[in-house]
Amino acid sequence: MSEVAIPPTLKIQAPPAELEREPLVLNERPPGWISDRITSVVEGKAPRWWWIGLSISVPLMVMLFCVLAYLISTGVGIYGNNQPIMWGWPIVNFVWWIGIGHAGTLISAILFLLRQKWRTAVNRAAEAMTIFAVMCAGIFPLIHIGRAWLGWWLFPIPNANSIWPQFRSPLMWDVFAVSTYFTVSLLFWYVGLVPDLAVMRDRSKTKIRKFLYGLFALGWTGSNRHWSNYEKAYLILAGLSTPLVLSVHSIVSLDFAVSQLPGWHTTIFPPYFVAGAVFSGFGMVLTLLIPLRRLCNLEEVITVRHIELMCKVTLAVGSIVGYAYGMEVFIAWYSGSPYEKFAFWNRAFGPYWWGYWTMIICNVVVPQFFWSKKVRTNMLVVWVLSIFVNIGMWFERFEIVITSLSREFLPSNWGYFIPTIWDILTFLGTFGLFFTLFLLFLRFLPMIAISEVKGVTPQADPHHPLGGAKPGGHH
Amino acid sequence: MSDIFPKWTNQLPVKIIAGAILAATTGVAGVWYYFTPKYTRVGYQPIQPVPFSHAVHAGQLGVDCRYCHTDVEESWYSNIPAAETCMKCHNQVLPNDPRLAVVRESAATGEPIPWVQIHKTPDYVYFNHSAHVNRGVSCVECHGQVDQMDEVYHAKPFSMTFCLDCHRNPAAKLRPPDKITDLTWKWSDDPEAAAKAQKENGSKFVTDWKVESMENCSACHR
Repeated sequence: MSEVAIPPTLKIQAPPAELEREPLVLNERPPGWISDRITSVVEGKAPRWWWIGLSISVPLMVMLFCVLAYLISTGVGIYGNNQPIMWGWPIVNFVWWIGIGHAGTLISAILFLLRQKWRTAVNRAAEAMTIFAVMCAGIFPLIHIGRAWLGWWLFPIPNANSIWPQFRSPLMWDVFAVSTYFTVSLLFWYVGLVPDLAVMRDRSKTKIRKFLYGLFALGWTGSNRHWSNYEKAYLILAGLSTPLVLSVHSIVSLDFAVSQLPGWHTTIFPPYFVAGAVFSGFGMVLTLLIPLRRLCNLEEVITVRHIELMCKVTLAVGSIVGYAYGMEVFIAWYSGSPYEKFAFWNRAFGPYWWGYWTMIICNVVVPQFFWSKKVRTNMLVVWVLSIFVNIGMWFERFEIVITSLSREFLPSNWGYFIPTIWDILTFLGTFGLFFTLFLLFLRFLPMIAISEVKGVTPQADPHHPLGGAKPGGHH
Repeated sequence: MSDIFPKWTNQLPVKIIAGAILAATTGVAGVWYYFTPKYTRVGYQPIQPVPFSHAVHAGQLGVDCRYCHTDVEESWYSNIPAAETCMKCHNQVLPNDPRLAVVRESAATGEPIPWVQIHKTPDYVYFNHSAHVNRGVSCVECHGQVDQMDEVYHAKPFSMTFCLDCHRNPAAKLRPPDKITDLTWKWSDDPEAAAKAQKENGSKFVTDWKVESMENCSACHR
């Protein structure tokens, strides 16, 4: 290739420095450094914090399995679920976990379609979080049905009982929404992993690692054709996942909204639930990634700008959630329905007032701090605030499930929910499962999409002084 | 990559998928056949303490079902007769037959004969004999041709499908009330004429007798 002189008039002027965005990988790190740094989490010796984390999460997970064994062998009577609050904590926890999953799909699919390049540094971990959160969520409805071994009745399988799922029930839609969501999320995550698995395979020193990474890399060579097919597959999966971001939590909300219960029977539920889910999901992503970028020395890849951007999303969806709370109360008054009015009055000033105001403080007040750049760039503060978001969203589901059921139309059927120790242990146990899976993910798979991050570095731009085709170079 | 996976592994995914499809099909077919009441219940014939032959009594001699199962029209439960019922005839007929020793002993002591129950509905199923036999459902619909069985066996699957098949279309099974215990009865020997008569009369019976044949869960699972 011969050198082509570019006439000086065609040279593109660099934008003024104050308009320049902060780069997505700091310090002009070259591609080799990116590969080394990201894979070092997997290839290096397991750090102390990883062992500490695992030594906490594994016993919790084992405890979860023991509690589940006790539950299945004894019955749901060990939980606090009883008339009138039959849904209890299992459904609170189910909705909470499934909501957390939403950030993963939003980041991976919607931000991909919107060409938000910053997603590349966080999408892998967020998708892993999604999958593990959906696994935790899936446990609850399954054990909550009482006879878990009859769970297959939820699926349309021909049987000797001539019975068929009730497709007019939103609980049925839920089964399909969640299982579709899990399947598509898993596929999307895996397809995105293939080029990186090949990286891991090629870097492997031992035979067994080479074999296992090679097995899952599906013979990836990085050829042009591979990349072209890969990009197409990824785009199609992004297209498939995008409606799921909206549909899954809409359908979860219909579990409530389709019923006649005051406080549940509202049309605002689907959008309100989706906003809440994205809100809680981003809360959890921040909770996980802020310590991780430090512990894994990835502060140059998951930059402060990334965290700031996620804070802005959290602020936006948090404000939608706040608006929904306000609108619920307004409609309760404006509808003129005494039952509706009572339901919301009871939420704020009834026996569960503490839950309501915890929710308001965590979900409406806390995200407002993210208006300030000073807060958004202070990692410790963001981390603490993100935990409040997680707490607040749990209380939101608690308020929706518990208060509405505790005081419905018939005063003789009123009650007060008290969780048992088994309710609490099950919930704690799902954290064990979640963190065990997440820690294993960190150690065995690259937590950041290596190939994609390289594509968004400043020097990947052909116009960058360090990037593009070098004159006379072989590329 | 050739150092990790030899060339023959290229065919492996296809083989694995084909194998998985085959295994899944076998599994489904196996469960379908072996795990349903058509296989697990039909043909159950335990050894009874007395080798009582329905074929002789109900078939050959033409004893009506209700001669022994006296409560079937009044009760949810079709009773097993006490030994006294047997002795009404058997103190005259075969009075010293060794096969009847258990019956004679039961009649003398009052200890019931330990018959082994064959037709069972689960404890979460409510079934009422009187509701059925008084509305034109013959014994034969659930118990099969008992009048031709030497010793009784489970002839029908008793699955929920089995109940629902009739509950969803009772007109296809109802017959005149005086023919309930006539297990070989037909509208006509000509199958076409029989089907026609069933069609005409079945729906008439449903309206006339106010046959509800409920399909809601709590009809049986109370």
